[in-house]
Amino acid sequence: MIAFEKRPEPSRAFALATPLLAVLATMVFGGLLFALLGKDPLEAIRTIFWEPLFGEFAFFYRPQLLIKGAPLVLIAIGLSLGFKAGIWNIGAEGQYIMGALFGAGAGLAFYPTESVFIFPLMVLAGALGGWIWAMIPAVLKVKFGTNEILVSLMLVYVAEQFLASMSLGLLKNPEGFGFPGSRNLQQYASAHNAELITGTGMHWGVVAAFIAVIFGYVLLARHRLGFAIRVTGDAPRAAAFSGVNPARLVLFCLGMSGLLAGLAGVFEVAGPAGQVTIDFNVGYGFTAIIVAFLGRLHPLGIMLAGGLMALTYIGGDIAQSKLGLPAAAIQVFQGMLLFFLLAFDLFTNYRLRFGRVEVA
Amino acid sequence: MTQPLLSLSALTKAYPGVVANSDVSLSIAPGEVHALLGENGAGKSTLVKMIYGLVKPDSGHMQMNGKPFTPSEPSAARTAGVGMVFQHFSLFDAMSVAENIALGMENAPKLSALSARISAVSEAYGLPLSPDRIVGDLSAGERQRVEIIRCLLQEPKLLIMDEPTSVLTPQEVEILFKTLRKLSAEGTAILYISHKLEEIRTLCDSATILRLGKVVGECTPRETTAREMAELMVGKLLQTPTRAGQAAGDVVLRLKTLSAPAPNAFGMALKDISLELRAGEVLGIGGVAGNGQDELLSALSGERPVARGMVELKGEDIGPLGPTARRKLGLLTAPEERMGHAAAPDMSLTENAMLTASLREGLDKGGFLDWPAAARFAQSVIDRFDVRTPGTHVAARALSGGNLQKFVIGREVMQRPEVFVVNQPTWGVDASAAAAIRQALLDLAQNGAALIVISQDLDELMEISDRFAALNEGRLSDPRPAQGITVEEIGLMMGGAHGMEVAHV
Repeated sequence: MIAFEKRPEPSRAFALATPLLAVLATMVFGGLLFALLGKDPLEAIRTIFWEPLFGEFAFFYRPQLLIKGAPLVLIAIGLSLGFKAGIWNIGAEGQYIMGALFGAGAGLAFYPTESVFIFPLMVLAGALGGWIWAMIPAVLKVKFGTNEILVSLMLVYVAEQFLASMSLGLLKNPEGFGFPGSRNLQQYASAHNAELITGTGMHWGVVAAFIAVIFGYVLLARHRLGFAIRVTGDAPRAAAFSGVNPARLVLFCLGMSGLLAGLAGVFEVAGPAGQVTIDFNVGYGFTAIIVAFLGRLHPLGIMLAGGLMALTYIGGDIAQSKLGLPAAAIQVFQGMLLFFLLAFDLFTNYRLRFGRVEVA
Repeated sequence: MTQPLLSLSALTKAYPGVVANSDVSLSIAPGEVHALLGENGAGKSTLVKMIYGLVKPDSGHMQMNGKPFTPSEPSAARTAGVGMVFQHFSLFDAMSVAENIALGMENAPKLSALSARISAVSEAYGLPLSPDRIVGDLSAGERQRVEIIRCLLQEPKLLIMDEPTSVLTPQEVEILFKTLRKLSAEGTAILYISHKLEEIRTLCDSATILRLGKVVGECTPRETTAREMAELMVGKLLQTPTRAGQAAGDVVLRLKTLSAPAPNAFGMALKDISLELRAGEVLGIGGVAGNGQDELLSALSGERPVARGMVELKGEDIGPLGPTARRKLGLLTAPEERMGHAAAPDMSLTENAMLTASLREGLDKGGFLDWPAAARFAQSVIDRFDVRTPGTHVAARALSGGNLQKFVIGREVMQRPEVFVVNQPTWGVDASAAAAIRQALLDLAQNGAALIVISQDLDELMEISDRFAALNEGRLSDPRPAQGITVEEIGLMMGGAHGMEVAHV
């Protein structure tokens, strides 16, 4: 008989080893999956993990790591605050879209005026957009006790409709020959979130992501608010007893995650994406949920996990074009990562016990 | 001598790191009322769990009526004639008595037939209970009867009762004892677990005393003094907490018709509670569990703030204030539930010290937390209250109940409260730790703090209170001087027998 037995204390060793074990198991079972699809598993794994970093075209892929990783990390840091407190914002994708729309809208409103104030204004507008979108589930939860998971998730689909409406209507490029999509912000100097150092992929969003990591770390480790978040997640009644106001915590956590998702949106739309289009969002808001957990809801972990996730994105793209792996297989591969992470996570608090023969 | 109904010989059960039972033997004759006596953690629960088939012994064997008895699961034990009433009831609040009982039966008869049987058994044993009532509306004593009747329906030969009187008023205890004596007279053996010595002396024919998993003594309770049994149980001489009497000071806490709605469907509303508490005084509040104890504590701690004007601290209206503001003013509290309420289980003792002491100990500097100072504070609590733990980095859940309780009480006491409200300060704590906690509470009062001690342990309340009041259905009786108060009077203050007179057969 095999039984799970609760450890008297969480195992630190396992808490640290879990992400590594999860990556290893994903490689093994992902390789198996690729083998079943008729591809060479070693070649596929190598393409995903090695090619982007050290392959022939690494000079092109390495900047992509930052570009893809930054929004993931930025969003995941915000999400992790709520997740730690048991407040589940599943709608970062929607907040990301609204951030992009608010930011792009604020910039395009001044077109073609050139001013150094336009980009900062766009950033503020983007943060505001994400924050507002997240405050809807927050206020509904505080006032009426609605479930923030459902409300925030449903608002993703509302935001997608907004995105479609904006790229076909209000923000459509008047000189775009009728094609859907806004003006290209990359061609509007005041609004362009350009690379800070050419060829590195380093743009303001990457800077913001690093700042968010530091901010998240200090908040959780040293600040009263971060402590309130951690206690609430561990024991809500103990938190209330210590004087934490749960409603205020919901507003802060959802608001903060919306704000950071909004920032990710505006940095993306003004930089790598360039314009508001119907298919602007590519799932960063959802993938960030995986990143947050893969990083064990720890800011530094999230930074590493964001890099790893970006790697599987880029490596996955390469594997698709080079080896002809289906896109769905790559998604399954990424899903495995979260699955194994959660599975191995169990061992942080439990250990396996092989029951000996019971004496009657 | 007749053949014993159940005999255990050399039972041993070890868990990782602790031997719960070591070489335990005892035997029970039909119709015998046998007490199993011991402190928390002495191994009583493990022993009865083995008899009831919940736990398998590592070695040793059991015999029932001379035949080997190896229940692999509780249903096997029930089939063999063992019934058990647990300390914590497993009942569904939203269902009726009959439905609850049907859920626990293997082949439940039709509900109407079952109801008839419930009524019959309840009358036969003097346990009035209507099968159609919803369990959520029942008092703790009535809920216990549901559990007892559930067992009696199986016509057990051995009935195990785990701390049955901890939730009962003195009058309810009398009713229970009548039932148990009647069962015993009919030949049902009873294994009675308790640490209340006087009860055991009135009810039980024989007693087995456990300490640290071993049998340390057997006795005939009627011929042994409570003190002798207590010292066998604890293994050393007991110290009774002492205090020097002193005149009460000024009124520091005043409740004026404190009322609050019930927090949930099965909570209790507080109704018109008024009292004045003076510096240096200990007010003991008794009452059967579920009569508003938790609600009163959260109204005082500020977890559920109340209306303006209902709570005054040193003349200041603090009704609408939350826990942090109240702590700042000197009103500290310790709730009943240690794990998850007074302490966060997965967090370290340092973090748990930060939980309530950040303000008064200056651990919070403009929003930023001073962890080294918190660790020092936690260490000082550990040192002064003799908390057995490897260090401040240990998670709260790794501590035993008694040690965590010492930490939780110590954490508040060392913040020098002016008013300290504590619910069940020694619940589930071994006797020597309990004595230490009571002494700390008395010292606190001695130094001029005002205390409210909410407890279901009447002996404890009589030992430390200056005045005594009881909670009943969310109302507080008028406080009376504790000296010279009789058990009957206390029982009446606690709500008499809850209309639970013995059913007339």
